[in-house]
Amino acid sequence: MSWPALYAQLAGANRHSTSLGKVWLSVLFIFRVMVLVVAAESVWGDEQSDFTCNTLQPGCENVCYDQFFPVSHIRLWCLQLVFVSTPTLLVATHVAYQNRKDKRRLLQASCRAGFLSSKGPDEELEALKKRRLPISGALWWTYACSLLFRLLFEGGFMYALYVVYDGFQMPRLVQCDQWPCPNLVDCFISRPTEKTVFTVFMATASSICMVLNMAELAYLVAKAVTRALSVRKEKKQKRRNQKLPVST
Amino acid sequence: MSWGALYAQLGGVNKHSTSLGKIWLSVLFIFRVTILVLAAESVWGDEQSDFTCNTQQPGCKNVCYDHFFPVSHIRLWCLQLIFVSTPALLVAMHVAYRKRGDKRSMLASRGAERTPPAELETLKRRRLPIAGPLWWTYTCSLFFRLLFEGGFMYALYFVYDGFRMPRLVKCEQWPCPNKVDCFISRPTEKTVFTIFMVASSAACMVLNVAELCYLIAKALTRCLARSGDGRRRYGHADGVMADDALLQNKKNEMLLSSSTDSSSNKTMC
Repeated sequence: MSWPALYAQLAGANRHSTSLGKVWLSVLFIFRVMVLVVAAESVWGDEQSDFTCNTLQPGCENVCYDQFFPVSHIRLWCLQLVFVSTPTLLVATHVAYQNRKDKRRLLQASCRAGFLSSKGPDEELEALKKRRLPISGALWWTYACSLLFRLLFEGGFMYALYVVYDGFQMPRLVQCDQWPCPNLVDCFISRPTEKTVFTVFMATASSICMVLNMAELAYLVAKAVTRALSVRKEKKQKRRNQKLPVST
Repeated sequence: MSWGALYAQLGGVNKHSTSLGKIWLSVLFIFRVTILVLAAESVWGDEQSDFTCNTQQPGCKNVCYDHFFPVSHIRLWCLQLIFVSTPALLVAMHVAYRKRGDKRSMLASRGAERTPPAELETLKRRRLPIAGPLWWTYTCSLFFRLLFEGGFMYALYFVYDGFRMPRLVKCEQWPCPNKVDCFISRPTEKTVFTIFMVASSAACMVLNVAELCYLIAKALTRCLARSGDGRRRYGHADGVMADDALLQNKKNEMLLSSSTDSSSNKTMC
């Protein structure tokens, strides 16, 4: 399982997304996953080997590195991207469940009808599989939940990164007095400026994704509200037509 | 997600590009992405490990390296290539949106039952002409490409004070005890590849500018041809006889009274 395999899974679910959802997926995979894989991983590649402390005491460097980097940025971003991608699979599961129900219904109906329709049952099943379900009813709730989870995970991981590293800036120097370091020892981080640039970039891309998710949620809510209002209007019109006396 | 996956995405968009756009994509992936991956990354591979300073002071090398290389060339080029490739996806989104609209209107006018799947396939596969709103989207994407190319080239020039990599840099950042000589790994090879990548970037910019000029020229000729046709039609108005006008009026009445399927074609001018 790798990033391309995850992309293949999500691309299938993407068919049932809104346009904003499709834009979100492109931003996620091009500006976050791709930048992580082709650029960020090489910046953090030598984070421990080039972490240098001003001491010859064996073990001091290891201990200080562990204290200041409990979880590496790269691993946090990998986890964030995996968690943020998975709510989409809720939608895919719901769609698959809906398609299976409709397929059973179709097979039962065609058994009763004795294959009298002009299209064979295989063609109809294929059309059922390929159709795009409208985002309404139960699917609307699943989709909205998946958006809320996405926002939760994005925000959660960004907050975790901010708390663990005390901001998004990587300092050049950290001072460490963990045992077995003999006293307060200066330790120098490898490529701090480049790491700061990429941390800010990834935080910005994450914020853009959050904005897209919120916009998509607002769009879904607006769509549901307009649909509810138009249904209510139709019902009112129908009632009014029934009450009118019929002239002969 | 890697360069191959990005190429697959862009390859699909390429169908709707001009010939210059197709050449641009080939130059981008062959002379820039491939060279970056196969050659440049190994030249810069030991940039920090073989960056040597004339001091035993722990931390001095790290700090001096960070001072002279805030962002590595390789990362700048990776970001540049990603940013430069993405405007093409604007065109892909517009094309997908248009095709979805056309498919909906086809199904609505004929009904899902009467539309053969082969026709839907041809609708899906056809190449949209670059006219109307698609022309504007395509032109915008070219502007963004030029902007990103120029921006990143300027950033590289600004951060590294030119495109040449020196052999020696002098560093007096803390904790270095005094002004320390630091030696860069493979400076000549890095200079060669920097100039190569800058030249390919410049070539891509030239192709984008040429494509932009071609699109503008095409749009202008199309406008002129249409306005010329219109003028020719109106030019005969003086010579039209009264009974010809009457005949035309009768034809128009017959057309209006019969019901026809109309599909509207939007044109630029």
